[in-house]
Amino acid sequence: MSTLLSSGDLAVATSGLVKRFGKTTAVDGVDLTIRRGGIYGVLGPNGAGKTTTIRMLATLLRPDAGEATVLGHDVFTEAKTIREKIALTGQFASLDEDLTGVENLILLGRLLGFTKRAARSRGMDLLEAFGLTDAAHRQVKNYSGGMRRRLDIAGSLIVTPELMFLDEPTTGVDPRSRNQVWDIIRTLVDGGTTVLLTTQYLEEADQLADRLAVIDHGTVIAEGTPGQLKAQVGAGALKVRVIDPAEREQAAAVLRTSLGVDVVREADSAGLSASLAAGQSAAGGLSALEEAGIALETFALGQPSLDEVFLALTGQPAEESR
Amino acid sequence: MSTETTPATEAHAIRGVLLPPQDRPRPSNPLTASLTFGWRAMLKLKHIPMQLFDVTVFPIMMTVMFTYIFGGAMGAVVSGSTPGGGAVREYVQFFIPGIFVQTLIMITMYTGVTLNKDISKGIFDRFRSLPTWRPSQLVGALLGDQVRYTLAGTIILSVGFIVGFRPDGGLTGVLAAFVLLLVFSFCLSWVWTTIALLMPTEEAVMGVSMTIIFPLTFASNIFVPTETMPSWLRGVVEANPVSVVVSAIRELMDGTYDPASLGLVAVYCAVLVAIFSPLCMVLYNRKS
Repeated sequence: MSTLLSSGDLAVATSGLVKRFGKTTAVDGVDLTIRRGGIYGVLGPNGAGKTTTIRMLATLLRPDAGEATVLGHDVFTEAKTIREKIALTGQFASLDEDLTGVENLILLGRLLGFTKRAARSRGMDLLEAFGLTDAAHRQVKNYSGGMRRRLDIAGSLIVTPELMFLDEPTTGVDPRSRNQVWDIIRTLVDGGTTVLLTTQYLEEADQLADRLAVIDHGTVIAEGTPGQLKAQVGAGALKVRVIDPAEREQAAAVLRTSLGVDVVREADSAGLSASLAAGQSAAGGLSALEEAGIALETFALGQPSLDEVFLALTGQPAEESR
Repeated sequence: MSTETTPATEAHAIRGVLLPPQDRPRPSNPLTASLTFGWRAMLKLKHIPMQLFDVTVFPIMMTVMFTYIFGGAMGAVVSGSTPGGGAVREYVQFFIPGIFVQTLIMITMYTGVTLNKDISKGIFDRFRSLPTWRPSQLVGALLGDQVRYTLAGTIILSVGFIVGFRPDGGLTGVLAAFVLLLVFSFCLSWVWTTIALLMPTEEAVMGVSMTIIFPLTFASNIFVPTETMPSWLRGVVEANPVSVVVSAIRELMDGTYDPASLGLVAVYCAVLVAIFSPLCMVLYNRKS
């Protein structure tokens, strides 16, 4: 498949990537083709092989078999070149907890080649942009989960990476910080960086990723846009709420006739849900309701959740996979 | 409040702070990178002064305890004088160079423990994903430890002078001995970093290192002259690198400079570095 694209257009291309730890095969033949630009999600439960895959791509682990190029460079022979173009934000904050926020950034800035003075001013600029100026001189061990994450990402942006690996960026942060992290990631992508993120949160993949791969037991079991993956599992449902609960029975009858599918009454007195066949449009149902003069409070096309996708693909719910 | 920023302004701020590719410097060279890691070790001392406990209190304790508890009895053996106060003064002349070596060697062990702790944290992955010479983290940590060794050594020698140590070699002899010991400590610490990379936990590193350090320092000429030992043990003790270093340091502090013993220390140093530093770097690069 990668023969159609020159490797320079690709952020990541792997084929048959394998990594074993003793008798355990953590990654068992992963094939990925990720174009430059946008956000690519790798979704899977704990222990599926997501982190191991990322670590091989970030040149931290040597694959036992298979091939992989990152930004057109071979992970086996051009690791140093790859390291100049990527940034890694690990699953657990990749920071020195004993140092202050600004010291962490100076340390990384110095290693990346800035003079001490330039590294400090770059660090302060980043802290300001990430709303951490007030915490610049506090030890990272006293930071909240959300602050740590922001500093962690700031540490990956001292020089702008072409490809940024984010390993479970919002694990263990509160919802408000999670939304901030998502905004930061979207901003980066607008600036031209490709982001490869792993997550075990289905909502996160759905919110952020342009494309995603679902990994289980060290192999890719599905790949596509979030919409494609959902479509692969089945269509969604038309959910309506009538304004007058007295009209619900009539509305149910109209939907059943116009769409020719089962209609389920929701727990409340006004809601109805009609499950659609694959590819079926819900428009007919809505116009039939309008012709019948039934006023609706809301209507929505509910796609199946990625939880349902996971269940359909692996035969077990994401959370209980291991 | 001013800390509350709307997503739009935050996004704008982040877009503004991204560095254009042409402004990017070349990654630091191995020397700068190593020194940067050394600077990190200094910062850690600043933020966690308790780290200095082992290099300050421990040396004072060891020196004072050994001088006054064992000094009276052992001094008599060392110098052939009668046990008691006079013997303590004799023993101090013999023993201070020894405890100087022992304490510094015991401190080198913490290099391994610290490294093992570092590796188990997320920052290790970050360092390894940077385009710098990978072993600079190791070299930098070892350089930073030189400061700890110097501090501990200064404390022991000061306590030594207080309890009556008067080396014939004078300041020159003491300084030369100090430099020799720092070089030896640097070479020896590669052993502990290797152990740190092989062992799964901090506790395991500590356990294995202790098991090596105890016979290494006690089966030596630090506390007693080798003449008092049975002949089979004497051979072993005299070949012990620690005994070799202690002998050379005693000579330097006494003002009796012997190229042969210095040469022997150099050989031991070279062997330690030749074996353990490449081993350590290979292990470090393979570490996942």
